[in-house]
Amino acid sequence: MTMTDTLVAFDDVLASYDPALGLEVHVELNTASKMFCGCPTEFGAEPNTQVCPTCLGLPGAMPVVNVKAVESAIRIGLALNCEIAQWCRFARKNYFYPDMPKNFQTSQYDEPICFEGFMDVEVDGETFRVEIERAHMEEDTGKSLHVGGATGRIHGADHSLVDYNRAGIPLIEIVTKPILGAGAKAPDVARAYVAQLRDLIVALGVSDARMDQGSIRADVNLSLSPKGSGVLGTRTETKNVNSLRSVERAVRHEMSRHAAVLDRGTKILQETRHWHEDTGVTTSGREKSDAEDYRYFPEPDLVPVAPSRAWVDELRETLPENPTARRARLQAEWGFSDLDMRDTVGAGALDVIEQTIAAGTPPQAARKWWLGELARRANEDGIEVTALAVTAADVARVQALVDDGTLNDKLARQVFDGLLAGEGSPDEIVAGRGLAIVSDDGALSTAVDNAIAANPDVAAKIRDGKVAAAGALIGAVMKEMSGQADAGRVRELVLEKLQ
Amino acid sequence: MSADWTRRTAAELADALAAGETTSVEITRAHLDRISSVDGAVHAFLHVDAPGAIAQAEASDARRAAGTLLSSLDGVPIAVKDVLATEGLPTTCGSRILEGWIPPYDATVVRKLRDAGLPILGKTNMDEFAMGSSTEHSAYGPTHNPWDLDRIPGGSGGGSAAAVAAFEAPLAIGTDTGGSIRQPGAVTGTVGVKPTYGGVSRYGLVALANSLDQAGPVTRTVLDSALLHEIIGGHDPKDSTSIDQPLPALVEAARLGAGGDLAGVRVGVIQELAGDGWQPGVITRFQESVDLLIKAGAEVVEVSCPTFVHALAAYYLILPAEASSNLAKFDAMRYGLRVWPEGRPDASAEEVMRATRDAGFGDEVKRRIILGTYALSSGYYDAYYGQAQKVRTLIARDFDAAFEKADVLVSPTAPTTAFKLGEKLDDPLAMYLNDLATIPANLAGVPGISVPSGLADEDGLPAGFQILAPALADDRCYRVGAALEAALADQWGGPLLDKAPALEGA
Repeated sequence: MTMTDTLVAFDDVLASYDPALGLEVHVELNTASKMFCGCPTEFGAEPNTQVCPTCLGLPGAMPVVNVKAVESAIRIGLALNCEIAQWCRFARKNYFYPDMPKNFQTSQYDEPICFEGFMDVEVDGETFRVEIERAHMEEDTGKSLHVGGATGRIHGADHSLVDYNRAGIPLIEIVTKPILGAGAKAPDVARAYVAQLRDLIVALGVSDARMDQGSIRADVNLSLSPKGSGVLGTRTETKNVNSLRSVERAVRHEMSRHAAVLDRGTKILQETRHWHEDTGVTTSGREKSDAEDYRYFPEPDLVPVAPSRAWVDELRETLPENPTARRARLQAEWGFSDLDMRDTVGAGALDVIEQTIAAGTPPQAARKWWLGELARRANEDGIEVTALAVTAADVARVQALVDDGTLNDKLARQVFDGLLAGEGSPDEIVAGRGLAIVSDDGALSTAVDNAIAANPDVAAKIRDGKVAAAGALIGAVMKEMSGQADAGRVRELVLEKLQ
Repeated sequence: MSADWTRRTAAELADALAAGETTSVEITRAHLDRISSVDGAVHAFLHVDAPGAIAQAEASDARRAAGTLLSSLDGVPIAVKDVLATEGLPTTCGSRILEGWIPPYDATVVRKLRDAGLPILGKTNMDEFAMGSSTEHSAYGPTHNPWDLDRIPGGSGGGSAAAVAAFEAPLAIGTDTGGSIRQPGAVTGTVGVKPTYGGVSRYGLVALANSLDQAGPVTRTVLDSALLHEIIGGHDPKDSTSIDQPLPALVEAARLGAGGDLAGVRVGVIQELAGDGWQPGVITRFQESVDLLIKAGAEVVEVSCPTFVHALAAYYLILPAEASSNLAKFDAMRYGLRVWPEGRPDASAEEVMRATRDAGFGDEVKRRIILGTYALSSGYYDAYYGQAQKVRTLIARDFDAAFEKADVLVSPTAPTTAFKLGEKLDDPLAMYLNDLATIPANLAGVPGISVPSGLADEDGLPAGFQILAPALADDRCYRVGAALEAALADQWGGPLLDKAPALEGA
C-alpha cells in the first residue's frame, strides 16, 4: 500500500509517458418530472415523498418517456455538434444494487440519441478539439444513506436507508473519445472541458448545473502510454469528481500514480477509483473489466424514440450562442483585457455585467462595480456576487447618477449599503439618506470661505502658486459638506478665490 | 323460482339484471357460495374477497336503481388472475416471494373493471410468475381441472379457466405470454382470447415477458369474451406499447358470427400445426370443426408457415431473457418476502437478496432466470437473444404471407387434452411442447381465440380450436369463433360444459 502511495513528480511523468484522457459527465436535467413517470424532481424534498409505482419499481408498473427530457438531450447533442439519431431505443443495463429499484437501469446502449460530436476547448490560448463519442439518456438511481458509521460510508455503518426521490431523475451521460496529445496540459484540458461543458449546459438552461449538488458529475478516465508509443495503456475511472478544481487535481494525481505503478514494472489494474477531495488522492474502488457484463437488451416496455427532422431543426433554432464564442465576442465589444475577462468569467459575473452594460453603463464602470465593490461584499458574506440583493438595473442606475453628478463614488458605495439593507431603489435610497451631491454654489462658496479662513497657511501657499496644496482645503470642505459635494467643483471654487 | 345464477353466461346475467329478475348482490352471493362449495376441490382461487365483492355488488344495485349504470356488464362479477395488481387485494403471482404484498395501485385492466362496475370476486391461481402450462408451478398448490380433478387445468392461467369452467365465476381475466389464456381454455372447455399485442393495457400486469404478454378475457362463450374485451381494451397512456386506435366492433362481430353465415370468409389451416405428437382425438375434433366452418360458407385453404417450427426455440430464449431482467426487482428491499441468511444477523443487503431469492423463487422460475441470464450474456447475446429476435421477424413474415391467402388461420389450440397432475412436472421440455400452437401468435403480436371443439374420443376431455387473425383484426376471431360455437352447440344440443361432471359439494 505504501508503495502504491509513492507518486512520480508531474514533470517526470511527462518525460516518460503520454497521458490519454476520457471524460464521462452525467448531467441531471431540470425537467419538472422524472424520466419515466410524472413524479416531481425538486431537490431536497423529504425522503421518499416524490415516488410512485413506476420509479419505485413496483411489480407491474411501466415507464413512459418524458418528452421534455428527450428535447433536452437533443439540444445538448446539437450544442455539442452531434448527430441526432433518426431512431433509437432504450436498453436495460442489468446489475443488482440496493438503491436501484428494478435492479436494472433503463439507459441507452448501442443506440444513443446523440453521437459523433465535438467541443473546442481553450487552454492558455491553445485550442484542443475534444471529440464526443455519444450523449445518451438514462435514469438516476435512488440514494443510500448509511447510518451509524463515522464517515457516512457503508463501511462501519450499522444500517442503511434508501431515498428513492432521486430514482428516475433524467440524466444525460456525455462521453468523450480518448483525448490524446494534451501532454502537460492534460489536467487543464480536463478542467477546461468540464468547465466549458457546464457553461454550455447553463446556457441551454437544461440543468441546474450545480457540481456541488451533484447535478453535474464527472468521471475521469486516465491512462498512460510510453512516450511516443501511441499505444493506449490500461485506464482507471475516477468516479464522481465534483468540482472543476478536483477534475484537474484528479487527473494530475492519477498521472503521477499511474507512472509510479508503471515505473515499478507492475500493471495498472482496470478499476474504478474513489476521489478524496480532502487529501487529494484516489483509492481503489471496484475492479472493472471490459468483460463486466450488464446483459444489455432493448427495453421492451418502451417504444423507440424517433425524433422527426422537423423537430430537430426546430430545436436547433433554440440553441443559445456558444459560450466560448460569446465570450470572445463580448471581450472584443467591451475592450476587456484577457485578465479582466478571466476575472469576469471566474466570478460568474458575465451575464450580470452584460445586462448592466445593456442598461447603458460603460463596460469599465460595470466591471469596476461588479468585480470591485460588489465582489468584495459578496466575498465578505461568502456568497456568489450574483446572489447579492443588487440587480444589473440597480448598478446601471447608480452609475447613471454618478455620471450626471448626483453621486460620487463614495456616495455610490452608500447607495449599495442601502440596497443591501433593502431600503428600496437607488433613487429612493438617495432621497431617503439625503445622499445627493450639493451643487448649490452658494453653500459650497460659504464652505470654501470657511476653509480658507480656518487654514490661512494653506491659503497663503496656494496664493504663492503651490496649487498642489489645494487638496487640504478641498478635504476640509468635503468634511464640512459630509462628503456630499463634487470635489471637482470645490477645487474650482478654491482656485478661483485664491488666484 | 330459484334460479341457479352460476349457470348463466355473463350476457344472460346482464339481461336478467336489466329485466329486474335479480340483483348483483344475489348473483355475486351465488358465485361466492359456489366458490365456498367447490373451490376446496378445484383450488381456482388464491384469494377470495367476499366482503369487497358484495360491497361492489350493492353499489351496482344502487346505480341500477338510480339509473346510472357504468357499462353493459355492471353488476356481473369477475375473477382476476393473480398477476394483475389490485389495490388493497393481495397480489402474489403464485410466488412465495410476493407473499403478503398488497399493491398500492390498480392495474389499468382492473381499474377498467372497477370503472365498469364489475364486482371482483377474488384472485385466481397461476403458475409462478406465469411460467408453466399446468398451474402446477404455483407456490400455493395446483389448480384442478373441473372435468377431472386429477388433471391439470392448463396454465399458466389454470385458475381463471377452472373458475369459469367450474361455474365459480361467469367471467375472468387471464394473461397470455405463449398460450396461458388459450391453452387452459382448450383443456377446460372454455373460451379464451389473447388480444392483439398492445390492444389491452399491460400497466399493472406483473411482466413475465414484456414483448409477449397480453391480458384478455376468459369466459364460457364467445359473446361474453367480446363484451369483456370491449371493457378492458383500448389505449392507455401509462403503457407506451398500447395501441392508440379504437378497438374494432367485437360484440357486433360475435353477434354476426352467431348468425352462422361465414360466406366469403377465407379460413387458412396451418399445415405445420398437426401431425406427429398430436393426439388423434384432438385432431378429429379439429377436422370436424373445419368442416362446420365450410358448411357455414367459409372457404378453407391450406397455408404453410414453415418458420413456426422454430417458434418454440425462439420463445424459450426471448421469454427467459426478458423474465430474468423483470424478476431482478424481487430483492427483499421494498416489498414481499425478506429472508435472512441462517446465522447471519448482520447480513449485508446483498446476502439478504440472495437468501430471499433462493427461498422465494420456485425451481421453474430459477431455471428460466438462469436460461435468460445466459442468453443475454456478453458473447452469447448474438447467438441466442439476437438470433431469436430474427426468428421472430421471420415468423411475423410467415403470418403476413398467410394472411394474404386467408382472413383467419386455424389450428388445434393445444396438441393434447389435459394431462394428469404430476405427469410432466419432471420433464420441462414435454411441458413446453403444450404451447407449440399458441406461441407463434405471441411472437408476432397477432390476436387469437380458443373455442371448445368437443371431447376427444380417447379420454372424453375437452379439446380447443384456435383462430388467429391479423393484428388489430380481433373482430375476425370473434366472428368465426361465434359461428363455430353456434354450429357446435346445435350439434351437441347445448354448451359443451353441460357435459362436465358435477363437482362434489355442488
